[in-house]
Amino acid sequence: MTVSPYLPLPYRIIAVRQDTPDTATIDLQPVRAAIPEPAPGQFTMLYMLGVGEAPISVSGVPIEGAPLAQTLRGVGNVSKAIIRLQPGDEIGVRGPYGTTWPVAEADGHDVLFIAGGLGLAPLRPAIRHVLAHRDRYGRVAVLYGARTPADILYRDELVLWRRMLDVQVEVTVDRAQRAWHGAVGVVTELVSRAGFEPDRTLAMVCGPEVMMRFSVQALQGAGLPSERIYVSMERSMKCGTGLCGHCQFGAEFVCKQGAVMRYDRIASIFTVREI
Amino acid sequence: MSASGLPKTAAVLGPDGLQALIAALAARGMEVIGPVERDGAIVLDRIAGIADLPAGRTDRQEAGSYRLADRDDGALFGYAVGPQSWKRFLHRPVETLFRVRRIGQELAFEPPRETPPRTAFLGVRACELAAIAIQDRVLLGGAYVNTEYAARRAQTFLVAVNCGDPAATCFCTSHDTGPRAHSGYDVALTELLVDGRHEFLAEPGSDSGAALLAYLPTRPATAADWAAAAAVAARAAANMHRRMPSEGLKETLQAHPEHPRWEDVGQRCLACANCTMVCPTCFCTTIEDHSELDGLGAERVRRWDSCFAGDFSYVHGGAVRTQTRSRYRQWMTHKLAHWWDQYGTSGCVGCGRCIAWCPVGIDIAAEAAAFVESSKREEDAHGIA
Repeated sequence: MTVSPYLPLPYRIIAVRQDTPDTATIDLQPVRAAIPEPAPGQFTMLYMLGVGEAPISVSGVPIEGAPLAQTLRGVGNVSKAIIRLQPGDEIGVRGPYGTTWPVAEADGHDVLFIAGGLGLAPLRPAIRHVLAHRDRYGRVAVLYGARTPADILYRDELVLWRRMLDVQVEVTVDRAQRAWHGAVGVVTELVSRAGFEPDRTLAMVCGPEVMMRFSVQALQGAGLPSERIYVSMERSMKCGTGLCGHCQFGAEFVCKQGAVMRYDRIASIFTVREI
Repeated sequence: MSASGLPKTAAVLGPDGLQALIAALAARGMEVIGPVERDGAIVLDRIAGIADLPAGRTDRQEAGSYRLADRDDGALFGYAVGPQSWKRFLHRPVETLFRVRRIGQELAFEPPRETPPRTAFLGVRACELAAIAIQDRVLLGGAYVNTEYAARRAQTFLVAVNCGDPAATCFCTSHDTGPRAHSGYDVALTELLVDGRHEFLAEPGSDSGAALLAYLPTRPATAADWAAAAAVAARAAANMHRRMPSEGLKETLQAHPEHPRWEDVGQRCLACANCTMVCPTCFCTTIEDHSELDGLGAERVRRWDSCFAGDFSYVHGGAVRTQTRSRYRQWMTHKLAHWWDQYGTSGCVGCGRCIAWCPVGIDIAAEAAAFVESSKREEDAHGIA
């Protein structure tokens, strides 16, 4: 019998970083064999013994000696259990699955990253890729919206990006105390501030569905064509391999034709409720 | 016609020949599964011989109704399809995928090693052969494979029995999936009840099917036997009155996710998931942990799931499809429309199970017709304007 695609590989947690009060990033190292190298935008299924599995996007790809990094918000049974683990503990990892952010298609374009909340996690490998190959791209902007200043992910890295003189980084929060000096408001308000040229820009958008909906509207309003807007969809997933049926979104399986999807291919169903 | 290109070596066997066929399958180490009567329904279970078959019984099916009745000809296969399909033996309702144990901080994953037993299915209808072919595409045709299904499928010997007495819920003729089996079987039987004789025309569909037939007490098929078998199929087709519309159905369903008919059917549907459980092609599953009491080990178990279940579409924060109409839309649009985009075929074979076993008698063919008709009316209205 051939090996089941559902069989995970054991991975050891080598570091746990608390990003925000409810979100942590774990660094993972294969105990023996490793999964194939994930590309920006792909996800894995993480398995916690006795609890179950959850699809989690890769927030750091294991290249140049870096570990596989995955960022989890403790909202479900699996994610809550995993972010409580300690270095040395093992979990199961299988994948990677799904489509990738169009970092190759974006070659020669201005690139606009729009992230809402935890949506910065799946975008981070794409942002890092673009910045690591900075000369291939035109203007680069990262627009990020979080609930409060305490919910901002990857603060150190945002500061690092902001210090680069060839990246525009804009951060906004929904609500803040006086100490916050940045913007307050929804991330879509940052789109006009980014001042991009619609005919040479490609946008990658990741966040809650309602945030993506308004972001797409803002981008289209600014003249960006649908075929240069990419979104990352979220649906229930049990297998990640197109066999369990849970993640269907119209005729698409989010685990196979997504999670990253070109907007014009899903535009007809994107705003249909409960699809 | 034979899959291997063999010359057609059809034979005729009597009930004793059928008994010998079952015995020969068992002698080849196969577990033989066939129709048996239990709990007021014809279900699928192990059989030892023809005495286990529901002789002289038939089923009367209507929307929301399934009843057994006697028939006076002593037919062994004088019924359509029961609540179970062969799916339960290939894509099992509950399946252990692997076991895992924690030793210290380490996790050890142990895949199961046993090979499934060789199994023969006796009495597979043409619509069910079509359903198996569809599940082959769904579960074996992609980048990832359902390995348990693959292992069972490779061990399966299929004896089809052409349908002679379809139920009122049947509409395989709409999908060209019956009533006569054309491919995908090892042996196909047609039950002949002519002039007081009780015989079966047996057609081989594979080398192993031909080899099996050669081993049984048979007589050569005559032109009269072929004519009798053709008459069985013709009568069955003529007795099927339900129709699934085909023209424009896919496009209509995909173009109208907000059609008022979804609310209409959503008001009637109980979201009980019966239709998905009895459907021979519905394949959705969930995977869960069955933990050991010491907390150190677990089994990963896959079981059938249904797009009608409340938590099927659950993502953090809640289900995507909270309303029954959204779940019915997902099921029917997937089955009759998206399936074409995903697998190049309809997901419906016309077996009618979802109609008979729906507690409120929702008829997928009638629902489909309602969409197509309303879309035609819409077109006509536009034509006038």
